[in-house]
Amino acid sequence: MTELLRVNNLVTQFKTESGLVKAVDGVSYYIDEQEIIGLVGESGCGKSVSQLSVMQLISAPGDIAGGEIIFEGKNLLDYEANGPRMRAVRGAKIAMIFQEPMTSLNPVLTIGQQLTEMLHLHMKMNDEAARKRAIELMSLVGIPGAENRIDDYPHHFSGGMRQRVMIAMGLSCNPKILIADEPTTALDVTTQAQLLELMKDMVERFRTSLVIVTHNLGVVARYAQRIYIMYAGRIVESGTTKDIFGNPRHPYTIGLLKCIPRLDEEEGTKLVPIEGLPPNLINMPQTCAFLPRCSYRLDKCAREPWPEMTAVNGNHFIRCYADTKEKKK
Amino acid sequence: MTTYIIRRLLIALVVIIIVTLIVFFAIRLLPGDPLIIFLGQQATQGGISQDELEHLREVYGLNDPILVQYGNWVWGILRGDLGTSIYYHEDVGVLMGDRFPITLHLGILAFIINIVVGVLLGLAAAIRRGTWIDAVTTTLANIGVCIPVFWLAILMIYLFGLELRWLPIAGYTPPTKDFWLNTQQIIMPVFCMAVTMMATTARLSRSSMLEVTRQDYIRTAWSKGLSERTIIIRHALKNGLIPVITLLGIGLGMVFAGSVFVETIFAINGIGRLLVTSIFAQDYVVIQSSSLVIALIIILSNLLVDISYGWLDPRIRYG
Amino acid sequence: MTERDSTTITVAFQEAPPRVNEWRRFWRVFLQRRIVIFGLVILFLLVFSAIFANVIAPHDPYIGILADSLQHPNSTYWLGTDIQGRDTLSRLIFGTRTALMVGFVTVGIAGVVGVGLGLIAGYFGGVASMIIMRIMDALMGFPMLILAMLFAAVLGGGIQNVVIALSIATVPGYARVMNGLTLSIRENDYIMAERAMGSSNARIMLSHILPNAIPPMIVLVTLQLGGIIMAEAALSFLGIGIKPPGAAWGAMVSDGYRYLSNNPTLSFAPGIAIMLVVFAFNMVGDGLRDALDPRLRGIL
Repeated sequence: MTELLRVNNLVTQFKTESGLVKAVDGVSYYIDEQEIIGLVGESGCGKSVSQLSVMQLISAPGDIAGGEIIFEGKNLLDYEANGPRMRAVRGAKIAMIFQEPMTSLNPVLTIGQQLTEMLHLHMKMNDEAARKRAIELMSLVGIPGAENRIDDYPHHFSGGMRQRVMIAMGLSCNPKILIADEPTTALDVTTQAQLLELMKDMVERFRTSLVIVTHNLGVVARYAQRIYIMYAGRIVESGTTKDIFGNPRHPYTIGLLKCIPRLDEEEGTKLVPIEGLPPNLINMPQTCAFLPRCSYRLDKCAREPWPEMTAVNGNHFIRCYADTKEKKK
Repeated sequence: MTTYIIRRLLIALVVIIIVTLIVFFAIRLLPGDPLIIFLGQQATQGGISQDELEHLREVYGLNDPILVQYGNWVWGILRGDLGTSIYYHEDVGVLMGDRFPITLHLGILAFIINIVVGVLLGLAAAIRRGTWIDAVTTTLANIGVCIPVFWLAILMIYLFGLELRWLPIAGYTPPTKDFWLNTQQIIMPVFCMAVTMMATTARLSRSSMLEVTRQDYIRTAWSKGLSERTIIIRHALKNGLIPVITLLGIGLGMVFAGSVFVETIFAINGIGRLLVTSIFAQDYVVIQSSSLVIALIIILSNLLVDISYGWLDPRIRYG
Repeated sequence: MTERDSTTITVAFQEAPPRVNEWRRFWRVFLQRRIVIFGLVILFLLVFSAIFANVIAPHDPYIGILADSLQHPNSTYWLGTDIQGRDTLSRLIFGTRTALMVGFVTVGIAGVVGVGLGLIAGYFGGVASMIIMRIMDALMGFPMLILAMLFAAVLGGGIQNVVIALSIATVPGYARVMNGLTLSIRENDYIMAERAMGSSNARIMLSHILPNAIPPMIVLVTLQLGGIIMAEAALSFLGIGIKPPGAAWGAMVSDGYRYLSNNPTLSFAPGIAIMLVVFAFNMVGDGLRDALDPRLRGIL
């Protein structure tokens, strides 16, 4: 499979009144053609910011401070943030859908207008063709009576429907990559399942790669082929879905999986939470960010800076000094 | 949408009724014999006999219960009878009719300048946030709201009227009689009224636009690869200008308030000056009627603003 | 909104941040901008001048030496004199007393009445809200200045009636904001919890809703104080309210108008004083708002 996107050592930081926050602190990953990857982590770990950085949608006080985003042979960070070349990529080559369907659509424009503007811009369609295509797309994502609803306004649609519209918008120009930033977090569980199935179908049909950003391991377990686990602005574990779930090696991942209740557990078994609090990202120390909460810690961890990603086997990497296979705490 | 309009209409009606009550009963707060007040000090000093006073009391309906008096007064207003001025001895309707076009002339010009300059500057400041345009606009606006309109008028009179002698410092000749003189005369008054309004307008449109640019749907628009120009014009403006419409209501109030000072200082016979002179002449008939008319105009225009607000926002228009 | 499903990471109980940090943070944000500090300095000077007016004023503001009338600024009279030989600077300094007095008393009265009305209207809704808010709407149908003029004319001149008139004109704005605040605070879960516990209406209103509404109301009040002082100046300019020999800035501007060609300082100086004070209150109000809750930036 050819590589579509490679991100090397992306650093995005925010200047706040209390100090510098490195929301994304040296993140590297890649996406191949026609694959679905998951980017998992808790709130504040930097997963959304990393994807917004790829689209160069970061504005003051945020700032992309370093790294490369290689797409189609060029470094996207060389392009001016809102310049013509970046804009040619947005929507047409890399598209994004967001978490809040209720506020992500413009309330004073019709759905039709919001769908067709991309078709006008990137696909150079005329009004008639664009409208036709928009109706097609709406039907494709499962909006009944698309022909009648195309001139409706966003407030006429439910949250789930709006998210479908967003998916239609995202795929309308046949992008190579679709980034879905917590696409189902704001929706109820049933709608979540429907939408995820829809996305999977759509990306298969359009031959698009999909990045699912989420805090929900369940979502990626079912749909993603590879997973990246993020913590405090860095990727701490990466591998195939099988690797991550079958053989989790980073203490954080292990902790995460222990939190999930399992059907095959005995009744009365307690959930084991990860102790401690998420870290304060302001002026982080050089050592491992997970250290305060880690039950596998070594002396080395307090002295040395955060380790590099090392291979466990094959394509399975972790960022840890400890050998978590040994002790089962 | 229809329910929205009807509801707004009903509320406006209730408010208008309350306004008439306030205006009517506020005047009744005055101490002393209402008859004396209505006849004016001068008339009673002329030595009218008690019998004649009693007769006049009947004529003015001052012996009727207060609610009846209120009813008669409202009924009179509805038929267009605004009373007779104590001071001018003229029909108030005529008095106001003469002066209204003048205030309107100044007010409309000031309003247009206010909207055009204020909204543009505010938008520019919001779109180019953090740049010098923003800094200059915000500073000027912040200072602008602090400038007393009467002081500005005096300042301008001193500068352009007395020192430089470029412009006349008082008077209003109808544009039909002498257009160019009229233009010279209104430059300063209009400018004074406009400046204070502009500052508020610029601040409001700036903060409104800033609010809009922070919205999620703007981020979505960027992610679609649209250009800044498209985003501002197609996505942001319509949302950002909707609250600015409320400025129309506020602006009208500021025009009336400003006209009070500007007309007094520049000796222009408009509604504002009428109000001031009647206050000093204790001409309560005029005070009553003109306050009512001003309030009515403002409430009605606010109603219009509300309705257009509803029409512009698809969430209300299409339910 | 977000369904807590089982794979969400559980977080250990988080302690409330210590009180000390909140104060420090408030002061740090509040004093961040130089313009706010500038405003505070002006306000300090204002209050200082008002309290110590008789000490710092170089001459008597009410009685002048006729022989010294209409002098330009010089070493004896720093800002010149008026037609009666009264020192402009001293009158400015004593004018701070009028400005502050009118400003604070008006805000005090209007604050209590407006907050009270808004609280009742917002909390009880229904008929009470209808009546109260419609009356407020009716009052707001008049431009604030014209309303104040109307009531000042009706009640008569003098500083007391000016204060009452200004209060009446200011109450609707406060009531409306307080109404809105009450409505939104009322929807919070903890209010419902209080009701479920059986707390009385009075208790909920006074102990829960009111304290939460205080910070935005303080911001509103500060931001409007400048406007009230300007309105008082406008009224005294017209001759409603404080008249000479009383030292009120607006009246001073009006007086000076007649002698504009001889001695423009007479009108200019008080105008600048008005501007400075209004500006100061606005800047301090902005600073307060940013320090207390920047989210208010769109609303207040």
